[in-house]
This record gives sequence, structure tokens and C-alpha cells, in this order.
Amino acid sequence: MANSYYDPADLRKFGNITEWSEELGKKFFDYYGKVFEEGALSAREKSLIALAVAHVVKCPYCIDAYTKDGLQRGITKEEMMEAVHAGAAIESGATLVHGVMMMNKYNKLSM
Amino acid sequence: MEQSILTEIKNAAKKSLKARHNELADTHRQMDILNGDLFADGELPFFKDKIAQTGQFPLKPRKLEILQINVGYMCNQVCEHCHVDAGPDRKEIMTRETMEQCLEVIRNTGAHTLDLTGGAPEMNPDFRWFVEEASKAGIQDFIVRSNLTIILANKKYHDLPDFFKKHNVHVVSSMPHYTRNKTDKQRGDGVFDKSIQALQALNKVGYGMPDSDLRLDLVYNPSGAFLPGDQMALEHDFKKALKEDFDIDFHNLFAITNLPISRFLDYLLASDNYEDYMYSLVEAFNPSAVANVMCTNTISVSWDGWLYDCDFNQMLDLKVASKVKHIKDYNEEVLNDRNIVISQHCYGCTAGAGSSCQGTVA
Repeated sequence: MANSYYDPADLRKFGNITEWSEELGKKFFDYYGKVFEEGALSAREKSLIALAVAHVVKCPYCIDAYTKDGLQRGITKEEMMEAVHAGAAIESGATLVHGVMMMNKYNKLSM
Repeated sequence: MEQSILTEIKNAAKKSLKARHNELADTHRQMDILNGDLFADGELPFFKDKIAQTGQFPLKPRKLEILQINVGYMCNQVCEHCHVDAGPDRKEIMTRETMEQCLEVIRNTGAHTLDLTGGAPEMNPDFRWFVEEASKAGIQDFIVRSNLTIILANKKYHDLPDFFKKHNVHVVSSMPHYTRNKTDKQRGDGVFDKSIQALQALNKVGYGMPDSDLRLDLVYNPSGAFLPGDQMALEHDFKKALKEDFDIDFHNLFAITNLPISRFLDYLLASDNYEDYMYSLVEAFNPSAVANVMCTNTISVSWDGWLYDCDFNQMLDLKVASKVKHIKDYNEEVLNDRNIVISQHCYGCTAGAGSSCQGTVA
């Protein structure tokens, strides 16, 4: 094992997951490739969504990959940071909206 | 203390590798790196072996279409990614005698495109004479690669847009991004504003306008250790931003991959990006780009008249593998029967949609 759980060089080996389960691995990569093609959303828009989600799920490999992907597409750092904030806002909103549950419970238990 | 180190680094960056006596100014050192452990240990395949897998080795020329002439390495800019290692301190300039030899070839070549590059070609004292003489040869497409800022660099260059127009020159200009900070970071402070002014000056005389025959194309190089994205998508973004923000028109955008040589190699090594970048290039290898790679339809001539398969080989001092090696002995038929000289830098031209001085090839 490497000295850390995450090794940047492992990103290059992502495709190797297919070796231990060819059918599922192949299905996943076919699906993955199809998702990021131009569609009703542009590939550029999908790249920014992927970057935001990468931060929300806190995946270092995905942050590495989609920062680079954004640079390749000419996406500016201001656009990238706004996407990260969009992800962060939903994530913090998801926490805060549970505050209503806390308020409900508090009120129910209080005289 | 820290400030003085920063200043030192910034000042050093304003000189060529050659003037800084950087070890990468020696092309042998660059070749050692390109042939180094990453490939020698079998981690990544040598370019030769990679193209052999698809039966494309040895790489042979197709019909010659483009004659690219480098009239000198002197430039008013010192861009961080420059594969020529060009700058104000470079004194290698094509003489009129060599230009005469080039003109002889231009008058008789079967190539349909003449492509002048540098450095800043306009800084060669015989540049205008050469353009006037060359344009008489009636070549179909006559390109000058202009860095744009040269037009504003000195009063004597202010009339370049009119000069280009008079000789129906096709202007191809570098523009790394449509935002100020990305452009200036790669090419130097103030370059963005000057480039915008120069593009507006070219538009004013008719260059780049939608129905104009005066061709104005832009070249996009990534400003860092990543590959260019889709050329069409980038062109769309550049057109939209330059039109909305500055009312600038241009025809096409060529997306060019930075090759791991010279100052870009220096940058890759210093920023610890070399290995990842080489992986990216090899992973993006596209066999169909090999078939149309620019060395198969181009001859590159250096300021001192030597012949190369491309401008990158010129900068690595890898001369053509032919009996004819110099413009004074030029023979298109003999030259066309050569094997193209390749090394690991060639992965730069075969990645993704491919890359050439005319943009993508696949």
C-alpha cells in the first residue's frame, strides 16, 4: 500500500477497475462517456456541474480531473469558483433546511 | 527577501533560456530529457513504437503543401511557453542572401502555402522587402504569423495592417485567451490590451470581417500544463467574448498543443508537471491524427537556411534526414523521399484532435 490513501498517480489507473469486472466496468465507462457528450446541455456546462459535484462529494480525483477539464475548455477560474459555491450552497442548504426539523421537534416538546 | 527573489525570477523570465545560460538552451539536454527514464524504463512507449503499432512507422511525407520559413528568433515578447526561446536578446536573423535563396524556392515550389514565422518576423530588417518579393510569386495562401503587439511596439510598425493588406497577407496571430489575466500571465503584462488594440486596427482595414477576403485567424495555446479543448467550442467562446467585449471580428481559431520543448519544457520541469503532461499526451494519442500531422505536408526553413520537418524539430536542431539539408541545395523531389525525424515531443501533434500550425488535423 502507498503511504497515503490517495495517490494522484492512481487517477491514471481508473480504467483498471474494468479488469476485475469487465462487464460492469465497461457499462460504467460507456455510460460515463455518453453522459458528458454534447446534449441538451453543452459539454462545457456539464464540466462545471461535474466540478461542483466533485467538491460536494469531496473526491480529490474528480477535483483534479475537472479542474484540468475546465482549463482545457477555456473555463475561467471565476466560473469554476462560482460552480463550487453553487455546490457548497446546496450542501449547506441541505444541512440548514434540517433546522426546520429541529424547530418542529423543539416546539412539539415545549410547553 | 522574498520580494527580491520574486523580482529576480520575474526579471529572469524576461530573458531567453539562451541568455540565461539555462541548460535547456542546449538541444542535446532537451533530447536527453525526451528520451529519459519515463520512456527508457518502459513506463510510456517511445513515439516510434507507438506509431509502429498502427503501421505508421517510418513516417513519410505526403505532397508538400506548406513552406514555412522562420526569418529569425528575435521577438519583442518573451512568452513563457515559447518553443522558439524567442526574445529581444536573440540575434539569429535571416540575411538577405538566405532570403534570396528562399525566394528562388518560393518561385518554383509546388506548395500552395507560404508561412512566415519567427520570433516576430516583422523585426527582421529585410522583412518588408522579402514580403514584397515573395508576394510576386503568386502563392495561393501567404501567411505571416504576427504576435499582434509588434504593431504597437514602435511607430515604424504602426502601418503593418495596411502593409499586410497591400500584399494580401493572411494574418495568423496568437491569442491565448479572451481574458486579460490569462493572456498576460502567459505572454507578459500589458500584452492583452495591446493585442486587443492591434486586432481592432486589423479589423479597421478590413481584416477578419465576416465577408472579407483579408484572412485573420487566431492561434490559441493553453496557458499551462493542459491540452487544448475542442477547437470549435473554443472558437465559439472566443468569438462571442471578443465581439461582445471589444467588437472584434476574426475568422478561425487554431487550437495548438504546447510541445514539451524549450521554454515550455522548462516550465513543465520547474512546475513538476512534466510527467503528468507526458502521460496526458500519450493517453490522448490518436492514430488518425498521425496520418495528417503537419510534418507530412510541410518543410520548415531556419533563419540560416537549414531544412527541418517542422518548426519544433528546427528548435531541437533535428535536421531533415535527406541528402538535401539546406535551402541552397533545395530539391523538392529528393526531399519528399525522406523519413520524418521523430521523438517523444511528436506526441504533442498527435494528441486528441491533433495539432499543427493550422490547428487540429483529425
